[in-house]
Amino acid sequence: MPKVNLSHFEATLLFALLTSVVLGVVTKRTDRERIRYAVYCFAWFVAAVFGLSWLMYLGHG
Amino acid sequence: MAEKTISEVPLGKWVPAVALAWIIPGAGHLLLKHPARGGLVAASVASMFLLGLMMRGALFSPQTGDLLTTVIYCGGFLCNGLSGILYFLTVWLGYSQPDMAGHVHDYGTKFLVGAGLLNVLGMVDVYEIATGQKD
Repeated sequence: MPKVNLSHFEATLLFALLTSVVLGVVTKRTDRERIRYAVYCFAWFVAAVFGLSWLMYLGHG
Repeated sequence: MAEKTISEVPLGKWVPAVALAWIIPGAGHLLLKHPARGGLVAASVASMFLLGLMMRGALFSPQTGDLLTTVIYCGGFLCNGLSGILYFLTVWLGYSQPDMAGHVHDYGTKFLVGAGLLNVLGMVDVYEIATGQKD
């Protein structure tokens, strides 16, 4: 089994991408709504990553 | 005319599809003739599981003790098992790895748990399709 070494950022982006795809597939009723929702979820995941990263950086002092 | 309630839907209509969706992620959608959605669920669950394995994530085994230990280990074991055939093949073929320190391994463990949870979303979707709540 090959080994992968991902940074925090890469791992969270991959997690966000795969989760957004499934959330888009299962929650909406038309393909257009599904794509929009998947993109919307992914954007919020990324925003949360940046927001929480800055919060931890600033909180760490 | 009153709509059919969910309890009136015969078990035979949704149990095989949901069980198949658990054993083989995405296959429940295929059975219900939604191949594109099944393919996306299968690809996402399998990718997350394989990435978890390649990051040398650990699979949980049930362990009891204090409340937190019980919740984490029993919950983790349950979530790992929800990946279906991916979990069983990993255990049967000996790819299960011990818990190691390090952020990559830790992410791997979370990816393995996350794959099971994504499959639950797929199973719920299959249930809703099979019972006629969704197209």
